[in-house]
Amino acid sequence: MTAPDTARPAPGRKAKPPAPGMVEKRGSGYWLTHLGLIIGVLFIFFPIWLAFVASTVSQPEIVHPPMPLWPGDQLWENYSKALVSGVNAPVATMLLNSLVMAMGIAVGKIIISLLSAFAIVYFRFPFRKVIFWLIFVTLMLPVEVRIVPTYEVVAGFGMLNSYPGLIFPLIASATATFLFRQFFMTVPDELAEAARVDGARPMRFFWDIILPMSRTNIAALFVILFIYGWNQYLWPLLITTDPSMNTIVMGIKQMFPSGDDIADWPVIMATSILAMIPPVFVVVGMQRLFMRGLVDSEK
Amino acid sequence: MATVKLDNLKKSFGRIDVIHGVSMDIEDGEFIVIVGPSGCGKSTLLRMVAGLETVTEGEVQINGRRVNEVEPMDRDIAMVFQNYALYPHMSVFDNMAYGLKIARTPKDEIAERVASAAKLLQIEPYLKRKPRELSGGQRQRVAMGRAIVRKPAVFLFDEPLSNLDAKLRVQMRLEIKQLQRELGVTALYVTHDQVEAMTLADRMIVMNDGIADQIGAPLDVYSDPETAFVAGFIGSPPTNFLDAELLGLSAGGAKAVGVRPEHLTITETGAKAAGTVLYAEALGAETLVHLRLADSELATVRLDSASAAPVERAEVGLTWDDAHQMLFDAAGKRLR
Repeated sequence: MTAPDTARPAPGRKAKPPAPGMVEKRGSGYWLTHLGLIIGVLFIFFPIWLAFVASTVSQPEIVHPPMPLWPGDQLWENYSKALVSGVNAPVATMLLNSLVMAMGIAVGKIIISLLSAFAIVYFRFPFRKVIFWLIFVTLMLPVEVRIVPTYEVVAGFGMLNSYPGLIFPLIASATATFLFRQFFMTVPDELAEAARVDGARPMRFFWDIILPMSRTNIAALFVILFIYGWNQYLWPLLITTDPSMNTIVMGIKQMFPSGDDIADWPVIMATSILAMIPPVFVVVGMQRLFMRGLVDSEK
Repeated sequence: MATVKLDNLKKSFGRIDVIHGVSMDIEDGEFIVIVGPSGCGKSTLLRMVAGLETVTEGEVQINGRRVNEVEPMDRDIAMVFQNYALYPHMSVFDNMAYGLKIARTPKDEIAERVASAAKLLQIEPYLKRKPRELSGGQRQRVAMGRAIVRKPAVFLFDEPLSNLDAKLRVQMRLEIKQLQRELGVTALYVTHDQVEAMTLADRMIVMNDGIADQIGAPLDVYSDPETAFVAGFIGSPPTNFLDAELLGLSAGGAKAVGVRPEHLTITETGAKAAGTVLYAEALGAETLVHLRLADSELATVRLDSASAAPVERAEVGLTWDDAHQMLFDAAGKRLR
């Protein structure tokens, strides 16, 4: 599939090839745009920079105003302290917990929604439409709305302070099911028929044809769902009372002092920076696959 | 290598009857074309033979075996789809080998069969490519290759050429015919293009609204149509229909008189009908003269050369040999 040539110049007008390095094309608008963008980036980046600076200096330097704006020499000490001992639990443990939870949610959601979308699109069973709409309706019920009954159920199963307890209540996804359904509906029926003539049974067709064709969608959804899982705050906060099961996003909050304790700000800031790194890796890493998928389109 | 038998085949979708009972015996190695306008049920008929649609009533037999309840893969058929239906993420080789892989054919045999099919279809250089890197004609060949490697008893084609441009269509038409001859496989071919039907078919089924109006060899169907629909559908330009009453031929219940454009001649004396020339299309080897008859019906006359073409708005007379006129009753049935 080739993209329609929208950039075609109007007939009669001279088409000027965009020569790199040509000065005349770069008027004041060009510079203003970039200036705006750079200011925007600095504005967004500044708090992160402050967090990073705070994670490299010592505790007295932070609490003593003015706040330092350039990194100090405590980087190694603060980060190793955070990773190994932390405040309540070592950050390394919390990172692992978060990773397990985010991976579990992302992978589980993708598997479940792929299969349910496959069932809804390719099989005719009674109440198919009703079931689809039931799944769709759950979109309107975010975790927060059903959090008390969900807690009740998870507690009843004895899954508090466990990975299954962190993952299972969040594993079904109407959004992903809906997206895969929409994608499957664009796959021509003839493909399913050709596979049938070739002798592929339904699951073989799913595995050999539908799955490889959906891999760009899977990659995109994985990024979104991983970050969704990573950023879960309320649910882990409710069901993990044992610090060794804390996830990192909620763990940061748990590090805040209560009452008269002194906050170990450098370690908290180091933890914040550490919490940001895995999602960044996922986005950057998957983006490449994602973009490659977009470039060599399948249809 | 197989015979196919359709025995009073019927299909309904819910309460709507789409096919009203088609029967036919197809011999081994025969090339059968199912032709008809859109929505006449020709694709449905083919899909019932393929096993992609259930049979409401009647029976499909392949090699004497009832296959109504048999899955497509076990019917020993291969199908070429209108949009090729190639698996987009697989290479040409994998596309062709997929059916064999599922059937657990040994690897070296798969390679051998794909290679020989690719050679036959001249797609050897493209085996490693993905379908999107191929042109329409090449994709068409791959789709046929996928059918050939399975060595089926029956080939099913569902309008395989309708996505190709006119020139390629003519070329592929010849190749399909040649290939079918070479392999000696029974073939069922669906098309709405009557030229394709005429050139490819050993016998053709002309479908009209779920009914097989006529089954026969192309030239027989052309020269001796059973119904007014067949007379109008097969042949280009279509058969002219004149009012039987005006011609004094309505005895015996005839409603319309059909005469093919090439059988009409323009004459000054002894005209059986008269009309006004609307325009003449000079196509080089032939000229088509379009007329409006006295009863305001339209008619077309085919002349062999441009020289004799009358001018526009000229009043002309028409005549024809009685042997070439076909009488049809009010229901469109041929009267003999």
